[in-house]
Amino acid sequence: MSEKLKLVDRVQAINWNRIQDDKDVDVWNRLVNNFWLPEKVPLSNDVQSWATLTPEEQQLTMRVFTGLTLLDTVQATVGAVSLIPDALTPHEEAVLTNIAFMESVHAKSYSSIFSTLASTKEIDEAFRWSTENVNLQKKATIVTDYYRGDDPLKRKIASTLLESFLFYSGFYLPMYWSSRAKLTNTADLVRLIIRDEAVHGYYIGYKFQRGLESATPERRQELKDYTFELLFELYENEVQYTHDLYDSVGLAEDVKKFLHYNANKALMNLGYEAMFPSSVTDVNPAILSALSPNADENHDFFSGSGSSYVIGKAVNTEDEDWDF
Amino acid sequence: MSTLIVDDQVTSASPVGDAEGPVTDAPLIYFSSVSDNTHRFVQKLGVPAARMPLLTKEPTLRATRPYVLVLPTYGGITGKGAVPRQVVKFLNDEQNRVLLRGVIGAGNTNFGETYCLAADIVAAKCGVPVLYRFEVMGTSEDVDRVTTGLEEFWT
Repeated sequence: MSEKLKLVDRVQAINWNRIQDDKDVDVWNRLVNNFWLPEKVPLSNDVQSWATLTPEEQQLTMRVFTGLTLLDTVQATVGAVSLIPDALTPHEEAVLTNIAFMESVHAKSYSSIFSTLASTKEIDEAFRWSTENVNLQKKATIVTDYYRGDDPLKRKIASTLLESFLFYSGFYLPMYWSSRAKLTNTADLVRLIIRDEAVHGYYIGYKFQRGLESATPERRQELKDYTFELLFELYENEVQYTHDLYDSVGLAEDVKKFLHYNANKALMNLGYEAMFPSSVTDVNPAILSALSPNADENHDFFSGSGSSYVIGKAVNTEDEDWDF
Repeated sequence: MSTLIVDDQVTSASPVGDAEGPVTDAPLIYFSSVSDNTHRFVQKLGVPAARMPLLTKEPTLRATRPYVLVLPTYGGITGKGAVPRQVVKFLNDEQNRVLLRGVIGAGNTNFGETYCLAADIVAAKCGVPVLYRFEVMGTSEDVDRVTTGLEEFWT
């Protein structure tokens, strides 16, 4: 980076006993409670499963993970850090440092997966691919350029779209393997990353909406237009990237539904209505249930599809607040 | 744009009862944090609805007719703390519990096993069904399905 790094103008000792925005505390606590490290996941149990994948499937998996590594690296070293000078409260700054660190944990996790499953030569080949794939580099460049721009709210838009949309062409694959009972420990690790990114996207999108509160109607319209323009630019590139990766195994169309589904959630995190109609967001139910066992349609009491419906299973929550 | 003003459903403070808070005859009662995601979803339904106070220390609502509860779950590893404390306080009031007929959960499938967990917990504890789940602030399809579903549910 040649330009001078922007830093917070003036730092005061952070007082966690004076809170301006309760959401900062809620999210800090949530992130701390969710903290994890890749060493906790028994990745080596996937070695046998890895051996059942074809060389093509192995190469695809390596490439997907190097792509995710690149995005996590961008988010850790540029993205989350670039948001700090724009923070509205000192506690928001602290939350952003937590986010930046966890992104580094995520990036490192993929290296743990690589060293468990693949040879040094295969790892080096996958990283070489990541620097040479035009669409992957383009998506990193688009987002990084916006982070370096001078508009704090546009930076938050770019960040939310990265957290809530750009990762999902990659996240699809471990969910797919998991739905076929393959690389299930790797999938467990990726689920932890997905959960973190969901909190990050929610929080940064929330802060974007707080920033909008004091904006003029013209400025609001400008930012809304900007969000959809950026989403379209990223989406077109994402479709190309998806074809680059998944055409060889015939999964590209299925992945695209997953992209649409997540693009809608990225927009909602920013406070905008979902854009893709349900006809193109009908994600493969096996992928959805790999993501969340609660996500299947049997829970829709209204539609009557819930023949297997039961009144809530007993859940032990250990909360002391209940009086009954 | 919904013309509904949720506060219209909340009348003056009740002098009686444990809840001690405003009385409501809305058929839909919900909690939404300052992120307003659940609030936006409820507004789109266009039915009378009452929002619980944001702060736990404020007096909670008191329901006076059967109602459906809408509540969000934020991503946590375990179930601990999944149900917002404001909702726990509201349901600790027996009358509120007795009038509860069903639960609608808000969340995000990216939270994995805890997707809409708070709705599951409340439904299990109170012996009522989980009627529906939606993500973030709901799509237009979610709004249609819940609007129709609630109409049928109350008839």
